[in-house]
Order: sequence, then structure tokens, then C-alpha cells
Amino acid sequence: MADVKKIATRDSYGAALVELGAKYDNLVVLDADLAAATKTGTFKKVYPDRFIDCGIAESNMMGIAAGLASTGKLVFASSFAMFAAGRAFEQVRNSIGYPHLNVKIGATHAGISVGEDGASHQCCEDIGLMRTIPGMVILNPADDTEAKLAVKAAVEHDGPVYLRFGRLAVPVIFGDDYKFEIGKGVELGEGTDVTIIATGLMVGAAITARELLKNEGISARLINMPTIKPIDKEIICKAANETGCIVTTEEHNIIGGLGSAVAETVTGCCPVPVVRHGVEDVFGRSGPALQLLDLYGLNAEGIVAKAKQALELKK
Amino acid sequence: MDAAAKRELMLTAAKVRKGIIEGVFNAKSGHPGGSLSIADVLTYLYFKEMNIDPKDPKNPNRDRFVLSKGHTAPGLYSVLAQRGYFPVEDLKTLRKADSYLQGHPDMKKIPGVDMSTGSLGQGISAAVGMALSAKLSGDSYRVYTALGDGEIEEGQVWEAAMFAAAKNLDNLVAIVDNNNLQIDGPIDQVNSPYPIPEKFAAFGWHVININGHDFDSIEAAFIEAKTIKGKPVAIISKSIKGKGVSFMTNNVAWHGAAPNQEQYEIAMGEIDKAIAELEVE
Repeated sequence: MADVKKIATRDSYGAALVELGAKYDNLVVLDADLAAATKTGTFKKVYPDRFIDCGIAESNMMGIAAGLASTGKLVFASSFAMFAAGRAFEQVRNSIGYPHLNVKIGATHAGISVGEDGASHQCCEDIGLMRTIPGMVILNPADDTEAKLAVKAAVEHDGPVYLRFGRLAVPVIFGDDYKFEIGKGVELGEGTDVTIIATGLMVGAAITARELLKNEGISARLINMPTIKPIDKEIICKAANETGCIVTTEEHNIIGGLGSAVAETVTGCCPVPVVRHGVEDVFGRSGPALQLLDLYGLNAEGIVAKAKQALELKK
Repeated sequence: MDAAAKRELMLTAAKVRKGIIEGVFNAKSGHPGGSLSIADVLTYLYFKEMNIDPKDPKNPNRDRFVLSKGHTAPGLYSVLAQRGYFPVEDLKTLRKADSYLQGHPDMKKIPGVDMSTGSLGQGISAAVGMALSAKLSGDSYRVYTALGDGEIEEGQVWEAAMFAAAKNLDNLVAIVDNNNLQIDGPIDQVNSPYPIPEKFAAFGWHVININGHDFDSIEAAFIEAKTIKGKPVAIISKSIKGKGVSFMTNNVAWHGAAPNQEQYEIAMGEIDKAIAELEVE
């Protein structure tokens, strides 16, 4: 495993912006004094005239993004998830969401894996917040390949998109032939006993969890769900119907995120047990990211335990 | 300004005031006080100042206006209707479930509305974004926004003010409608934003103080604003809440209340009288 390439999706975001900057001359990137961390600084180096630092004022940044978009600019507004979705929630809702303006919110440092900065900066609520805004698309890519494709897809989509990226370097899972489409889940492995639906950073752990279950004679289907909204109802309902129970896994509060979206979907088409794996409605803490993920059970073993719960409920 | 032009503007402003009362009366709700206080400035903007065409409301080169004090939508809608963006008759549908005239400005539904607003403090940021956009692509359009004096209690206004000056947005004009009243009372008794001109000056803006009901004063300010280079311009407009309707004048009770039938008739009678006098002159 030592030779597995690891890249933080925030780095993929910065690289994708540079690539898109060449293609779209109306692309403008905003940041709120975090360009080095969010990796919009990568874009700034190549296109300094199209990079605007709004300073430490996220609410105003979202309004500026709205104004720019209303005049035809293709805008990315970046900050940490905590401030982009949290502090500026109402600006995103009223100035961007309500008029359905073409603003892409590049939110980095999502989840517990922020690490040492601690709970004040570890946002596990952003998907829940963004999901309640009508017309908002939410993309939570799992690796470098998917993150770059998600940024491109966001640009091709007309309307607001919330993109969720991580600080921690994560294994590159998908190859060059990987296809990404907004609103589509991707089956990564067949299975008949239980379905694991994973998003973002948890996809890697879910792949391992599927293997662990296989070793115990449990056949788990694995679905990667990079789009949280609009959620892929078809793939979820099919999995519910064919495997009879579901476990969701995400680096987000179990309230409001992928688990909620899947449960809401399943109740409407094929009610089966849905066990939600994620941050158990608690705040994080300081510590090395990998250690924190284990402390909060955000690993393959945690997913396996929840999968077994789902199987029990199915009986 | 010559007497004929001034009388024409005053006549238009009186018709705008009539539309405000008509809309709020029919809606049985809405915000007449602050609509009446900004009516003269809006009339000047849409009839003299801005480069706009009601027949081509999405023209990319048009000047923009953002009503940051979005609750005074009846004032904006009335001036848009007078200017020909949509029928004056439609003002009677304000706030109705089957009408496009939403309680607060909606850029997706209403011709001539450049930004959806209503949540205070947010409109100015969007206006700043529009002005920045013009600078980035070398466009010549100008951007105007109107704020309430109570609205500037919102912190976001000062984030926007800091940014606009830091980026030298001299294509941006913010008008503060200083009628001195917010819902809970006089602004200096609620959470005083005074002194307003000094605050904008300290944030790096060029500040012009005007009488918001005197078209000579209004015109002089907008002419001066165009000469300012390297700085955004703040026009602090001393105004009278409820201006033009006797019982609404300087009365905070009319911030967000609709007249009943009797009050409606009195208000319309007063404005009609003003219109008749202007037409006779």
C-alpha cells in the first residue's frame, strides 16, 4: 500500500481551476484570505488578474460572487466549508440560491480530517445546510480524479454548485477512464446482502470494508455517491430492492448529510433498514487527521460494524 | 436644472408615490414609509441618470441598480412601471400569490430588477460584485445601490464598503436613504449608525450629502459622483419617511403597514392634489 498515490482534493481543485481558466476567460476566482490553504492560490499564480482576494469577509464574498455572476462571470468563491456554508449560509441562500445564480462554491477543509485546527474549523454540517437550499447541487468527490471531474462538471452546469473538498491527502482511487456525471452514483462493486453507499473521503474506507465483509462471507454492494443533491434515486432504490438493507458512510454529521438523503429516498420507494455511519452528532477535536478518523470510527471497521447492524435489522 | 425639467420630475415622482400607495393598499401589507422617502431619488435615477432601456431590460451594457433596502420594493416597482418596464395597472397585484410582483425584489420574475434583495446588507455586496465585474472586463456601465439608514447597522455593509474602496470601484454609487426611522424607532435610539458621512469617508469613500427630496440637490450629487476617480461614492440622502402623504410623514408606524380604505382615499387625494398643482404650473 506504500506506493499508493495520495492527493488532497483541495489540490485537485486548484489544479482544475488552472485548467479551466485557460478554457473560460470569464472564469473569476474569489477567496477570503485562505488562498494558500484552499489552493485557489494555484489559480492566482497563473491568472492574477482573475483572482480576487475578498479578505476575511465571507458574507460579502458570497454577495460579490452573486453580483459577478449576474453580469455573466463564471465565479468560484472559496473558503473553508465552515465559513462558506456556515458563516455565509444566508448569503448563499438569499443572494445565490434564491436567484439561482451561476456561482460555484469551492469549500475546502470539510470534516474531521482538518485535523489539528480542531472543532471550530471541522465542518460536519455543511452538506445538511446546503441540501436545504432549493436548486443547489452538492458534489463531494472521493479522490483526485473525481474532484477534477467534479469541478469541470460544475462549470458545465448552469446554476449554483457546492463543491466539498478535503485537506487530507487521500488515495487516488479512480483511473483516467473514470466517468463522472452530476446526479449519478457509481457502482464500484456488486453485492447481494447489503449495500454500502459512500461519499467523499469515506469511499476509500468503504472499498476496504467491502473486502473485510467478503472475508466473512457477506456480499456487499458498493456505491460511490459523489453527488449528494440531486441524489441518484434510481441507484438507491434499486439497491434497496435488491439487497434489502443499506449502510451509508460519510465524513459528516449523520444528521442532514448523505445518510439522511438516502433514508429519505428509500422511505419513498422501497423502505428497508438504513444505518447511517458518520460523525455521530458530536463536535470534533484537535489531533492528527488519521488518528481522529479512527477515534471517530470513520474507518473500514466502523463501516463493517454498521453493515452488520443493517444485516441484523433486515432479518 | 430648468424649471420645466424639475416640474416634470416632481410630477413623475408624485405618480410614483401614487403607485406605492396603490400597491400597498391592495396588498394590505408592505412598506410605504421607506418607499416614499426614496421615491424622488429613484425617480431621478430611472428618468435622468441611468443608461437603461425598458424595452431591453437585460442589455449587458446597461447601468445596474440594486435596491439593497429591498423591503421598499413598492417604490422600485412603481418607478419601473412609470418608466415602462411593466404596466402601472399591475402594481395593484403587489404581493398576491398569482403576481410576479413579489414582496421583495426578485430578479428572476420582475423586468428591470437587477438583483434579488430583501435580506438587509446583502444588496450592496452584489452591487459591489457588479461594479467589480465591469472593472475586470473593461465595461463602462455604472452601478447604483440604495441602502436604508437602519440597514447600515448590518456588518456586511461595512465589509462591502471596505472592499469597494480597497478595489477603487469608482463606478459604484451607494445612496443611503437617511430618513432616521427604522421599525423599532429612531435609528439613533435603536443602534445609532451616526455619523454616517464620516463612517463612509473613513472607509475610503467620497461622500456627498444631499436633500433627498430636492431634484437640484439630487442632480448635483450624481453629476459630482461621475467626476470622482479611484473611489466609490456614497450619497447620504437626508429624507423624510412617508414623504408626500401627510399622516405617514415622519411616522414610524408607516414603516410596514398598509392604509385602510379611508386612509387610502386621503392619501390618494393628497397626491392627486399635488399632481393637479404640478400640471397647472
